[in-house]
Amino acid sequence: MSGAVYIAGRGAISCIGKNVQENIGALRRGEAGIGAIRYLRTVHANTFPAGEVKATNEELRDLSELTGTNSRTTMLGLIAAKEALTEAGLWEGGQLKKTLGGRSLRIGLISSTTVAGMDLTEEFFPAFMANHSAGRLRNVYQHEAGATTEYIARALGITEYINTISTACSSSANAIMLGARMLKAGMLDIVLAGGTDALSKFTLNGFSTLMILDQQLCQPFDQNRRGLNLGEGAGFLVLAGEQMMEALGREKRVRLSGYANANDAHHQTASSPDGTGSFMAMKGAIDMAQLNCSAIGYINLHGTGTQNNDASESTAIHRLFGDEYPAMSTTKSFTGHTLAACGALEAIYSAVSLEEQILFPSLRISLPVIEKPGVVVQELRRVSGLQHVLSNSFGFGGNCSSLLFSLS
Amino acid sequence: MYINGASAISPLPVFDALNEGVRFTEPEGARAKVSEPDYSKLIDPKLIRRMSRIIRMGVATAMDALKQAGLQQPDAIITGTAYGCLDDTGIFLRRLVENQEEMLTPTAFIQSTHNTVGAQVALMLKCHSYNNTYVQRSQSFELSLHDSRLWLTENPDHSVLVGAADELTDYSFALLQRFGLFRYHTAGEGAAYFVIQNKAADSTWAQLKGVRTLFRPDAAQLDLIMKELLALAGGSVDLLLSGERRGDPEGENYKSVKQVLGAEIPVLQYKNYCGEYPTASAFATWLAAWCLKQGKLEHEGLSIDRLRNVLIYQADAAGYHSFILLSHVKL
Repeated sequence: MSGAVYIAGRGAISCIGKNVQENIGALRRGEAGIGAIRYLRTVHANTFPAGEVKATNEELRDLSELTGTNSRTTMLGLIAAKEALTEAGLWEGGQLKKTLGGRSLRIGLISSTTVAGMDLTEEFFPAFMANHSAGRLRNVYQHEAGATTEYIARALGITEYINTISTACSSSANAIMLGARMLKAGMLDIVLAGGTDALSKFTLNGFSTLMILDQQLCQPFDQNRRGLNLGEGAGFLVLAGEQMMEALGREKRVRLSGYANANDAHHQTASSPDGTGSFMAMKGAIDMAQLNCSAIGYINLHGTGTQNNDASESTAIHRLFGDEYPAMSTTKSFTGHTLAACGALEAIYSAVSLEEQILFPSLRISLPVIEKPGVVVQELRRVSGLQHVLSNSFGFGGNCSSLLFSLS
Repeated sequence: MYINGASAISPLPVFDALNEGVRFTEPEGARAKVSEPDYSKLIDPKLIRRMSRIIRMGVATAMDALKQAGLQQPDAIITGTAYGCLDDTGIFLRRLVENQEEMLTPTAFIQSTHNTVGAQVALMLKCHSYNNTYVQRSQSFELSLHDSRLWLTENPDHSVLVGAADELTDYSFALLQRFGLFRYHTAGEGAAYFVIQNKAADSTWAQLKGVRTLFRPDAAQLDLIMKELLALAGGSVDLLLSGERRGDPEGENYKSVKQVLGAEIPVLQYKNYCGEYPTASAFATWLAAWCLKQGKLEHEGLSIDRLRNVLIYQADAAGYHSFILLSHVKL
């Protein structure tokens, strides 16, 4: 049980772009995708800004090449999954490549979601509530979290291993972590891991009742932050070991060198004041890579913009790094909080930071939570010698996970 | 891997099985509710009142399994649930529709996330360990076991608390009935947690020898897995715990598995006792472990006095197939 795990392919869709290139372009230009709600039908459309993928369901259906009734969550996931497989050279002529050099590949899909097909369930529910025999059943078939993954797997032709994780906002970080563990254990040859979540009335209203939604554009990691903006999207990584990278003809550039999952065990929705879970997750990932904290050049923060998260996360960072802070920023100021997708999307942004030696900024900062000059990145920053990047994802239920990416 | 603590809450009253044994009775009617025990010995009554049913039964079985194994803190908490916290999801959805997205309260939303059961277990134990929740339909429990096995391979001295929970609500019953799921069979629900370690102990119930999951396999793949499992079992299985329901459209799959095991293989259809629900295989695992702990089974025409290997198999219309193999441990 050993060996390095590399990123062989990436796929991303969010409010700042429908593929990785568009996402990175927007991050470089400092263009957020958050604004008034246009696609979700909700009474709060003009109250809470959100980061919606700029496409109707019909447009997403065309992009994903799915037919029939599908959840927005399924379509977003499939679009990102196909992009990741294509980059890895595993999607050719509209089909999954199941053999390589005459050898059949064991390919696994580990997805994650928090709302799954809730967007369709919401359409179904009013009629069903009034009369239990009313409402179209095709609108509830993807209610189950695992069903969205199943539809993605069927569209891709993956059968070897299919799994879905649902640990709130840390979901796709945990999917990537499980994928790496399975590769190291030799259980699979290739893992497609990530997460997908569409914006829904359920989550929008849920977060609204918790009074943690910002009615303006969010200012995460700012002392005057007011809350978070929700987003939507999907991110997938193709993960592979050394031999498989060579077989795929992929350059071994970014490696998942550490990961850890810990539980804050403090409260169902709030993070502990001392950031126990976040501290343990970050420390665990760094320890696994056998690095000192000083080796970490940048943290892609969980950084949601809520009072609670940003206080707890910055406390945990201070506990771990002391005053020797690495640079850090939160790309949720561009995308909003994409829930199950954020771990994978931010893993992709972190990998690009390593490859291109650039740090994406936190937008709209006036007074950073960590005041030491230069720590919270506020403008696109070119760097050199960046070797290790930490990506944080913390969620409800105390589920905290950190991923550590390193340049090879 | 050894099951060193096992606890279940099910329509079949088994929570106190260690003291009272198991009396097999089939639930009556279309809908089987779990038989809830007196929780107050395990959970503070003030907390119980705030918990939904799925959380209560999940947390109680988790605490009970830990107590049996004499364990304060597990090194990993892994939970499977296909539907998640359906009751609170339904409550929040209903209010959202009724109040047209205004004047909502957070409690139901907070408790609706799929990881609530695993999170509440961690919270109650103040346990900071690895915590994960798997939600892959009828394989949610098997994939949790799968991760447990991986975890114990990576960390051989650790203890894993692994389980599954699913609840049936008025909404889900009405809906699943329309899908035809309960046409011939009772709807069910339940929770079960297990403490799993690499070493046997005084509290050992059974050895967990193998877990296999398949999605839309062909006959050759199924056959190969069966042969692997038979080899793991040392050539023969004494009892098949079958997920077959009355009038099951997957009857052919169950038939071919029985054929591989031999025409005379004793079969117990566990969903007759816990009802039909996606993580029923967690109940089946509890039942298999219980039978293996006794080392024998006397039940409705079945009489096995030397019970060594029990295989659990289930298949569903979506194409999920799974096998769990358990063996007797001589203490």
